[in-house]
Amino acid sequence: MKPAFSVIFLTTLIGAAQGLLIALVAGQMYAGGESGGFYALGGAIALLLLCLGLVASVFHLANPQRGWRAATRWRTSWLSREVILIPVLCALTFLYAVVHAFGWAPVMVRLGNGAAIDLPLVLGLLVTLASLALFVCTGMIYACVRFIRQWASGWTVVNYLLMGLASGFTLAAAYAQVQGSLLSGFMSGAAVLLTALALAARAFQLWQNVTGAPASSLKSAIGVHHSQIRQITQGFMGSSFNTVEFVAPGGTETVKGLSVFFLAVGFVAPAALLLAGMPVLAFLCQYVGLLAERWVFFAAGSHVQNLYYQAKG
Amino acid sequence: MTKKQFALVIDLNVCVGCHACVTSCKEWNTSGWAGPLPDVNPYGADPSGVFFNRVQTYECGTFPNTETIHFPKSCLHCEEPPCVPVCPTGASYKRDEDGIVLVDYDKCIGCKYCSWSCPYGAREFDPVQGVMKKCTLCVDRLYDQTIEEERRKPACVLACPASARIFGDVNDPNSEAARAIRDNGGFQLMPEWGTRPANHYLPRRKTTTTLHPDELVRVDNPLKAEGEKPRPAFTTPTIDGVSSW
Repeated sequence: MKPAFSVIFLTTLIGAAQGLLIALVAGQMYAGGESGGFYALGGAIALLLLCLGLVASVFHLANPQRGWRAATRWRTSWLSREVILIPVLCALTFLYAVVHAFGWAPVMVRLGNGAAIDLPLVLGLLVTLASLALFVCTGMIYACVRFIRQWASGWTVVNYLLMGLASGFTLAAAYAQVQGSLLSGFMSGAAVLLTALALAARAFQLWQNVTGAPASSLKSAIGVHHSQIRQITQGFMGSSFNTVEFVAPGGTETVKGLSVFFLAVGFVAPAALLLAGMPVLAFLCQYVGLLAERWVFFAAGSHVQNLYYQAKG
Repeated sequence: MTKKQFALVIDLNVCVGCHACVTSCKEWNTSGWAGPLPDVNPYGADPSGVFFNRVQTYECGTFPNTETIHFPKSCLHCEEPPCVPVCPTGASYKRDEDGIVLVDYDKCIGCKYCSWSCPYGAREFDPVQGVMKKCTLCVDRLYDQTIEEERRKPACVLACPASARIFGDVNDPNSEAARAIRDNGGFQLMPEWGTRPANHYLPRRKTTTTLHPDELVRVDNPLKAEGEKPRPAFTTPTIDGVSSW
């Protein structure tokens, strides 16, 4: 498949934002000691990333002026569900940041043991839920495309979740260090752990895709039961949507080279930098690596329809 | 009672690969309801264009024992179209009344997600209008009362000089299309995906003739008239010379 930079930026930016939000809420529940301003600014950074992702996504649409229609088919389309969830998460994040900024903490529920659940915590839990749901939506958009075997697996969802969490916690570690927060150690530790988990899951999917076999062949594509079929011509000498959209520029060599690159720069190097106490550098390094990872994810997808487009003739 | 499902039945044994269906489809649809079908850089080094129908050519076997197969490919109007539920706007839809899968250009946002969900590569994106386009089965011909009744068929069917394309309701057992599928071993493309394409293809059939030696050499020759007759002499009168008129 041809990687679209709009989608590469969208998925990496909102992934980091979702991870950051979950990291902030986790930190809030873990330590709780930080000031409201810490979470407010953190929420604002996440909101900025979400909005940047939304801007990037607009460039993917040929007719963005009717983009609102994309929210109508949430019953059947994961893409539609994502289109609904991103603004919902933006709104929740805005509320989360505002509530923290003004220090509004009315008690919403008092539990049996006397523990109080206040408004920031309720919003934090809602933000976490929405972020997790959005990870599932983004992953399922690709995992439900049956005709690209490299995507059509539950591991796609797992990877979107783990890589988003890893980059989000790394960003949270960088943010905590810049702010001189006590949460810095917690965030760094979690980021290293999540980066290692993401590396393992992504490497497993890479291996799965290399060893897998395509489900269809030219036999079933044209319904001729012969062991030797080759295409003489696809029917036209020029190019068409089908010969451009479903082919990665650069070919398999680029995919192989960038796979090594993203495994090193997206996972190994950031983990080392985090352990060395340089989370800011780790996040920048990991983000570049994840851009390459997303490029490879798209480029490595081989679509069944390519069976019909093998020879210009 | 099964639903009406218009579709094409394409006879691979008859198709000669002339591309008449391709050009007539492009002509009708680029100027009609589903158009335009723009060509980008049509006279340049790398032309690119939108077509609803393509004729491809395949070869089976190794030389000299090969067989050439011309294979027309357009939207198959699946009974379980995977491209429809993934559309986030509802622009991609399957008509209840006749099973034709269409795109509402006024709703399409050009995200191309439907094309990823088609294993047949039947959808082609129009970069000029920014919407996804595909075969409409000439829905603008089928119900047009101003066209004489026998010509209310897709343009490709009317254009085919070999009559390799049959149009009809494949769910009506009495239609010509359903009968062709039933009688001639009609099959669907990539049935393993469960898309249940409405368009069917008829397989290649071996056409053989058995010749016996006595059919090549004439055995009954009562006048023993072998070889050519002797040429007449130069002075022999011709029929023109002896007849009075």
